[in-house]
Amino acid sequence: MSEFLTDTIQFMPVLLRGLGITIVLTLCALATSIALGICWAIMGMSRNAALRGISLAIIHTVRGIPIIVQLFCVYFVLPDLGIDLPPFLAGVIGLGLAYSVYQAENFRGGFGAVDRQLVEAGLSVGMSDGMAFRRIVLPLGLRAALPSFGNTTVMLLKDSSIASTITIAELTRAGQLLAISTFKNGTVYVLIALLYLAASLPLAAFVRTLERRLARR
Amino acid sequence: MIRLDGVTKRFGDKVILRGIDFTVPQGQVACLIGPSGSGKSTVLRAINGLERHDGGVIEVGGLPVTDANLSAIRRKVAMVFQRFNLLPHRTVLENVIEGPVHVLREPRDAAEAHAMTLLARVGLEDRASALPSELSGGQQQRVGIARALAMRPQAILFDEPTSALDPERVGEVLQVMRSLAESGMTMIVVTHEIAFAREVGDRAIFMADGVVVEDGPAREVLTAPRAPRTQQFLDRVLNPL
Repeated sequence: MSEFLTDTIQFMPVLLRGLGITIVLTLCALATSIALGICWAIMGMSRNAALRGISLAIIHTVRGIPIIVQLFCVYFVLPDLGIDLPPFLAGVIGLGLAYSVYQAENFRGGFGAVDRQLVEAGLSVGMSDGMAFRRIVLPLGLRAALPSFGNTTVMLLKDSSIASTITIAELTRAGQLLAISTFKNGTVYVLIALLYLAASLPLAAFVRTLERRLARR
Repeated sequence: MIRLDGVTKRFGDKVILRGIDFTVPQGQVACLIGPSGSGKSTVLRAINGLERHDGGVIEVGGLPVTDANLSAIRRKVAMVFQRFNLLPHRTVLENVIEGPVHVLREPRDAAEAHAMTLLARVGLEDRASALPSELSGGQQQRVGIARALAMRPQAILFDEPTSALDPERVGEVLQVMRSLAESGMTMIVVTHEIAFAREVGDRAIFMADGVVVEDGPAREVLTAPRAPRTQQFLDRVLNPL
């Protein structure tokens, strides 16, 4: 037990640095996935059939390919096409794109849950379709999407570990390197698991608080 | 003020309106009555373009209702909905100033001052900072009327404004509507409140199966209807047993 403690004290700085990168990676990928996801959702609700088709094609394509393969595509295949991305950026783009389709489904569900009659109330005071979307559907739809959004965000945090495969020294990768060099697999992976939990539990709690606060308004 | 000439509308192969003609002059309170499915609400929604009519002409203040004119039309005629349709994430005051501030681009403080006088007019000035969910149905509908008035409309369309209310709450809304009528507002009211239509309405238009069956002074149409279909409807509504 005392060995576990001394190992923990010794490993923690490396693992915490990894956790820091995991969190930054998650937040960047999250922002990317939200921006793209709202795009796909809005395109999917468009009156323009071509835009709807593109959105559907993107969602089904991206959803049908494992995330690890998508990361490899961004990191290993794009350079062949002349696009050479640093690992972190490749991770943000790969995870952000992979998760954008789940976010799109979250937002689509949320926007769809907004009562059409509220939109009519906006139109009846002279709002354009765009203004009614911005002032009514967007705020109420995002609120309705929040529970599934929180779920997706926690999944993204965990799946950011896949970025370890493209040399990003996030928590999982940092741990793997430690385990390989020290042979202390047990200690290292228990610590990694605890650190992921330590990050995801507060995240889930934060989303729940947000939900409650918005529900009151 | 509002003129309909041969207005037709179909949903798929179901014909809803088979040629509706009537003209509501400024200051008139016209009540649209008739059985469910007769097309009353569709007429109302076609006037402010929430439904596009297929044939005929609708004019509001001389301006034909077309896609190009929708925004101008909707600034002239406000609408009050059966289910209030207040924005649940905004306070009473914010609901009332939404159109004036964001559509009419009124300065916020002027819009708020105007909104407060309107809320006082419907008896809700002390609930300005409440959320719709904290109000009774009757109160929410009075906010709906204040929201309509905030646009300084030339006419207001009421789509069964009391049908979703507790029976006890109907009176407070009808009273606000009566005072509006007395102030000279042009109103078209789709309603099942025969007593209101008789007392407050200048005119009653009875619709069934997509046509106007009878159209005349409210007291006459509702106390001594001429058309058999109107007589049958009123008899069933007034003597349900």
